[in-house]
Amino acid sequence: MTVYGWGLIFAFAVVLTALALPLGRYMAAVYTGQRTFMDRVLGGPERLIYRVIGVRADRGQDWKRYATSLIAFSLVGWLLLYFILRTQTLWSFTGLNPMGYHSMPWNVAFNTVSSFLTNTNWQYYGGETTMSYFSQMAGLAVQNFVSAAVGIAVAVALIRGIVTRFSGSERDSDRAHSIGNFWQDLVRTVLYVLLPLSLVIALILLSQGVIQNFSHYLTFTGITHIAQTLAMGPVASQEAIKLLGTNGGGFFNTNSAHPFENPTGLSNFVEMLAVMLIPAALVFAYGRMAGNRRQGYAIYATMMVMFLGAAAVCYIAEAHGSPAQHAAGLHTAVRAGTTGGNLEGKEQRFGIAGSALFNVVTTVTSCGAVNSALESFTGIGGAVPFANLSASEVIFGGVGTGLYSILFYVLLAVFIGGLMVGRTPEYIGKKIEAREIKLVALGILITPLSALFSTALATASSAGRASIDTAVAHGPQAFSETFYAYLSQANNNGSAFAGYTGFVQPVAGNVGSHGITFADLLGGFTMLFARYAPILFTLAVAGTLVNKRVSPAGLGTMRTDNPTFVVLLIGVIVLVGALTFFPALLLGPVVQGLTGHLY
Amino acid sequence: MSTTTPPATSMDAPPRRRSGASILQGDIARRALTDSLAKLDPRVQVRNPVMFVVEIGAAITTVTWFIQLAGGSALGGHDPAWYTFTISVWLWLTVVFANLAEAFAEGRGRAQADTLRSMRQQTLATMEDGSTRRAEELHRGDRVVVVAGELIPGDGTVIEGIASVDESAITGESAPVIRESGGDRSAVTGGTRVLSDRIVVEITQEPGQSFLDRMIALVEGAARRKTPNEVALGILLAGLTLIFMIVVATLRPFGLFAGTNISDTTLISLLVALIPTTIGALLSAIGIAGMDRLVRRNVLALSGRAVEASGDVDVLLLDKTGTITIGNRLASEFVPMPGVDEAELAEVAQLASLADETPEGRSIVVLAKQYGIREHDLTALHAEFVPFTAQTRMSGVDIDGQRLRKGAGDAVIAMVQAEGGQPPVQLRESLDRIAGEGGTPLAVARDNQVLGVVYLKDTVKEGMRQRFDQLRAMGIRTIMITGDNRLTAKKIAEEAGVDDFLAEATPEKKLELIREQQAAGRMVAMTGDGTNDAPALAQADVGVAMNTGTQAAREAGNMVDLDSNPTKLIEIVEVGKQLLITRGALTTFSIANDVAKYFAILPAIFASTYATVRGGLGPLHVLNVMSLGDPRSAVISAIVFNAIVIPLLIPISLRGVSYRPIGASALLRRNLLIYGLGGLVAPFIGIKLIDLIVHNLLGA
Repeated sequence: MTVYGWGLIFAFAVVLTALALPLGRYMAAVYTGQRTFMDRVLGGPERLIYRVIGVRADRGQDWKRYATSLIAFSLVGWLLLYFILRTQTLWSFTGLNPMGYHSMPWNVAFNTVSSFLTNTNWQYYGGETTMSYFSQMAGLAVQNFVSAAVGIAVAVALIRGIVTRFSGSERDSDRAHSIGNFWQDLVRTVLYVLLPLSLVIALILLSQGVIQNFSHYLTFTGITHIAQTLAMGPVASQEAIKLLGTNGGGFFNTNSAHPFENPTGLSNFVEMLAVMLIPAALVFAYGRMAGNRRQGYAIYATMMVMFLGAAAVCYIAEAHGSPAQHAAGLHTAVRAGTTGGNLEGKEQRFGIAGSALFNVVTTVTSCGAVNSALESFTGIGGAVPFANLSASEVIFGGVGTGLYSILFYVLLAVFIGGLMVGRTPEYIGKKIEAREIKLVALGILITPLSALFSTALATASSAGRASIDTAVAHGPQAFSETFYAYLSQANNNGSAFAGYTGFVQPVAGNVGSHGITFADLLGGFTMLFARYAPILFTLAVAGTLVNKRVSPAGLGTMRTDNPTFVVLLIGVIVLVGALTFFPALLLGPVVQGLTGHLY
Repeated sequence: MSTTTPPATSMDAPPRRRSGASILQGDIARRALTDSLAKLDPRVQVRNPVMFVVEIGAAITTVTWFIQLAGGSALGGHDPAWYTFTISVWLWLTVVFANLAEAFAEGRGRAQADTLRSMRQQTLATMEDGSTRRAEELHRGDRVVVVAGELIPGDGTVIEGIASVDESAITGESAPVIRESGGDRSAVTGGTRVLSDRIVVEITQEPGQSFLDRMIALVEGAARRKTPNEVALGILLAGLTLIFMIVVATLRPFGLFAGTNISDTTLISLLVALIPTTIGALLSAIGIAGMDRLVRRNVLALSGRAVEASGDVDVLLLDKTGTITIGNRLASEFVPMPGVDEAELAEVAQLASLADETPEGRSIVVLAKQYGIREHDLTALHAEFVPFTAQTRMSGVDIDGQRLRKGAGDAVIAMVQAEGGQPPVQLRESLDRIAGEGGTPLAVARDNQVLGVVYLKDTVKEGMRQRFDQLRAMGIRTIMITGDNRLTAKKIAEEAGVDDFLAEATPEKKLELIREQQAAGRMVAMTGDGTNDAPALAQADVGVAMNTGTQAAREAGNMVDLDSNPTKLIEIVEVGKQLLITRGALTTFSIANDVAKYFAILPAIFASTYATVRGGLGPLHVLNVMSLGDPRSAVISAIVFNAIVIPLLIPISLRGVSYRPIGASALLRRNLLIYGLGGLVAPFIGIKLIDLIVHNLLGA
């Protein structure tokens, strides 16, 4: 461990908070229809878009209409992206397929489309070896923007459900069931939040050496005198939204470990900030919209405590090295000029802390970008992303999804805590009753259900096992890979413990395409189910809450903006996550962490 | 023209029933035991999803045991038959314990119901026309005549006459009460006995709907419907059960992948250990016991919903007179006119009041004593008492030709002027000042001279301020309702320490106030007894009618206080809060317990998984932090702990977790510490202790 390492983690938390506070204020203004300094630039285009798609943006939607619009939009987006990927060769006339790549096979396309639509960005393909620039830009990057915007829209809808207050007479009107307008939320998110921020981030990345071109791949002869191909492409523009939208689907197969995606320590820092910025800002925006900023601070504190805990554990574990490395006599202590620790699978330019922190940042959020190989982390260090995913992506989480997911846990904590203070539980003045609890319980159930069920199918069936790297066909590593694959897809994260595959089998003798299709389909359905079921439950909760009578808070009301509540909330999140995933975690990372054996 | 007299014992010695039956009372315990077996019927269990899962698990393990006995192999794994049998027995016991909790709670209620039912004897009613009819054939609107010594055949309103009635059967209060036609004391309850005089009662309830019937149904739990919070909690528990079913179901393939075959019996044990059986088992008992605790405080809630709502109350409306103040105006000060000695005024006032038996009169005599004036003997003074009349609006005595009078200011002034006297200018000032301060001035005169004024004050009951402070600490605002003018109301409100007041209140204003508070999202509780309180009682979220009140009031409210004690609301609120706290605390405890159970069962299941030596201990063995004896005793210990924690917690669920008005945050911290942290730690100790016993038994 080094001062630099701890300093990096500390500086990251400080800078993140400093940037998220003003952004949260701006976002609150964007979603409550207040004037912002961007209105003059973006007001015109915004109105134009509404006119083109024929939407009355000022007309509020009840939760069912909101959900219908969202599903319709997603369905069209799914079909469009599937069409683009399946007809990649058709678009070569644009000149954006310089390498002449073929269209994607149906099974991988199904998985990839579902993956990008659900903001997961699980990749059963290698970007630079399969995707044309056209597919990347017109297909994947578009979903990078709108899938992020859909997540944020749902979060904003839930916020409105919680904070909107109607007086007695208003509550009977139609208007009093409105949780906002999906199309307005979508358009405003893309225009006012994602596009400007992407532009800024892309420019910073460009300055650090991230490439942006439409050139043919270059060939060169390196110092080993072997001819190599250097992949090119419009990377910077896609990299920015990949991180800002917590998408995580790399332009290149090696994701943010690739020097053209993430060239320097500074770009690494900026990329981490970009991942956490919107999830963090949304929490502050929530506090503002709730009319009590402390509500936002409490949730922010909950997230930050859990995030820093994860970062500290991961950093200490990686800096310490694994028992196996010590046994093999590898130097893992800090020595002059080295950082020590476990550098296997890490980029020298990021070092231990830069890799460990990046790993934590992208697994607490649903980003799933990587700048180092997760499977090369130590047992404990590698258990951290498992633990992060087991917490169901509520520690900052995905853009929007993180907030609406943690708000489900907040409602659960309010219910249990509220009973313990002897009042019908209420959150920001609204009573949490049977209907809300039903939806919350179902919503919280989805991630464990899909992760465990899919993992069980994948480990119990020969078709599922076919996707496991044959080198580790059995044992805890094989289980970890499989479990992580479905845990990641069920959390719409997208990061992977490499080895579990649905595309190219490294070794012959597998069940072949049969097993590949299995992994593609199971993964695809897992992602779609684990994304849209919670969204529907969230919108339903927003719908039932929005029209509720508001009771003023008194001495007897449980407060949700103080340290006691933060402790309760952390307890609920950890307990639910631990109780759900502990048995499965035992058989994977825990076994690996407990022994010096290499499996 | 008479009633068939019920067995005297049931009436004359009402077993102060609300003082409560102990849990260990023999007949309740016996009945509870048989009931808990009867409740094993799956049709009963299915209403409680958590316990239903346990019962299915028990059934499966029992069948597995039979298969093993018949020589078949157990489903998955190589369990010995005794292991399957032991688990099976403890799973059945878990269900029985849950039933026992409910049966205990019901049993306590039933004991009270039996006492009440014995009053519902074959009563013959005498109709107004002289004919007789059986009590259960009386309908709304029928008029019956009841004379001294008879039982009132049904709930109704006195429409003619006045009588003293022994209501001890209902209220437990042995002193008879007066019931008369008209006014706020006209309601009578079926099963109570008229002690004197004759009254005509108009029946107000249809057969089977009487107060007594409802009371019996309530304490028996027959009329119990799940309350909103109970429903919500039930859903949450079902959701948790579902999550753990997924966790346990997927553990079978995960285990197989790691080369570990987990038997059905062990998987079922894990499932039962994880699902929230503790709270699932005690949930309905908590609800029944909550009602029961109210009944013990002589409050009848007409629905569980009302009890729960009382925990949510934000605003409490209290009548001033009789609730906050004693209701009688008492002398607090003598204000002499210029040239009059204060002692002289006191003496005259005392003499004028000697024969006055009203509380006001007596209080004047008491106050005068403080001026060292000894009590005079009226007969010795040859005094002649002049009583108060509505015309003269004063009273007093005539002694030795002197006319001593006290009375309303105007009346005394008029009298003095008629006698040719001139009341001093200061008199008017004093009268106005006292009236302005909320007091009642009584002018005192001797012949044509006004001596001064007696200051009568409405006094606030002792201890009221502390009560309101307590309510404030609970987060409840109190609003005083009074017919007095603003000034008077303000003064008394300040003195009593209430948060707000409604002066010059009319029934309409009261109703409006409640609606206003409710529109602002507040839950309103109030007490009332008069017919004109009925609309407000009905509108309030918690309306507590006094048992002494009118039938209209009793029907409008959702609770009846048999003691007719308006400050009872504080206790009702406490019971309501306790009910929710008990549920929340035991839920927290139940879920927190799971951590220890994981550390008991999972290392046992995976003890030899990935062991380097076949059959040896694998890496996951280190998770056996409690160092439990062996895998099977670990699983059994967890299940035994899971089962016996239920009867151990029955007392808490029946008594309720204590509530303290220390503010929500402090309360949450306290309960999190006790039931959250305690719930984490306790099972580690409990399971270890049980394992010491079980493992030694197995080892022997």
